[in-house]
Amino acid sequence: MEHSSAVLHQDHNVGGGVKEIWKVTFILTVLTVVELVIGFGIYMLWFGEHDSFLVHFMKGVIIILMLAKAFYIVGYFMHLKHEIRNLIMTIVVPLLLFVWFITAFLYEGNSYHNLKNDYNPYYKERSTQHMEKKEPTEEKKEEKKPEPLN
Amino acid sequence: MSTSSATAPTKYWSGGKSPFNVEYGKLMMWYFLMSDAFTFGAFLISYGTTRFATTGWPNANEVFNTFPFAPEGVHTPLVFVSIMTFILIISSVTMVLAVHAGHNMDKKGVVKNLILTILGGLAFLSCQAWEWTHLYHEGAWWGRNPFPNADGTLSTTNFTNFFFTITGFHGFHVFSGVVINVIMLIMTLMNKFEQRGHYLMIEKAGLYWHFVDLVWVFVFTCFYLL
Repeated sequence: MEHSSAVLHQDHNVGGGVKEIWKVTFILTVLTVVELVIGFGIYMLWFGEHDSFLVHFMKGVIIILMLAKAFYIVGYFMHLKHEIRNLIMTIVVPLLLFVWFITAFLYEGNSYHNLKNDYNPYYKERSTQHMEKKEPTEEKKEEKKPEPLN
Repeated sequence: MSTSSATAPTKYWSGGKSPFNVEYGKLMMWYFLMSDAFTFGAFLISYGTTRFATTGWPNANEVFNTFPFAPEGVHTPLVFVSIMTFILIISSVTMVLAVHAGHNMDKKGVVKNLILTILGGLAFLSCQAWEWTHLYHEGAWWGRNPFPNADGTLSTTNFTNFFFTITGFHGFHVFSGVVINVIMLIMTLMNKFEQRGHYLMIEKAGLYWHFVDLVWVFVFTCFYLL
């Protein structure tokens, strides 16, 4: 395995060392906490106007934070940032094309939703049907009562 | 970074060396992770498309608001899943430290950090198993959705179908990652890597483990936050 040890000793770029690892860990923790705070905030705001621009904007912010986390995990933990450019491009270019995949399918889902509501009256009526609330604890109490023998 | 003279650019495509300057196994692991990324991406995109196409959907913070050993009626949205996310991130950090110890040929450091990573993976799997069991006892399963939409209307089984399928697929990856890490630990303890002179195998296992963590970042964001 002379080739691989040559790769290891001559070409392998160790990167920043332990300090960099802990720095990236801190960044990831901060990003996660911010995401969770925003998520919780959306939950608080959702009662009332869940179609508001602010809620959609916050969801966009969460998506950007998620992509930032992905950048740090792939770049530093998986070491991709320290590899040569060709390998970075091999990973990044298909994933950028993936963004178009996501956009196209979400657009299709939205279009399907609008078409269904316009042309399928059964679907539209069924989606307004309210759910009956079940009381599981009451049912259990009824089951536990023994039947009196007559 | 180049092995040849400082002035001439390194010829990567003329043969005799790896064009991407990594060993074969590592490059193939990257390619496998790309294919797995497309699989998970397809699952998450189908979830997004279905959700966009559906009028009503349950509110995740109403459904996933329980915590182990918490008294009934106490709603703790996002708390349990945050703990799961932190467990996985910390296990990723210990994995990076294991790889780093491998670069320095520090066998003790590799063993210590691999054990911590395995424990983190097992903790995550236990949390996920608890979540599944709890949801099952509330009546949720493939084909069964007891939760109403956010506006109170009757909900679709797509909600639980997608949740269990995608988190199940991810959990299976975590499980296989734990198995791979256990094998790595055994190989390290048997001095296999000391004999070889390098810990590159740990690096490849590390790539897989980070991928698992990365997928969780996306799954958790899509299901719990968005």
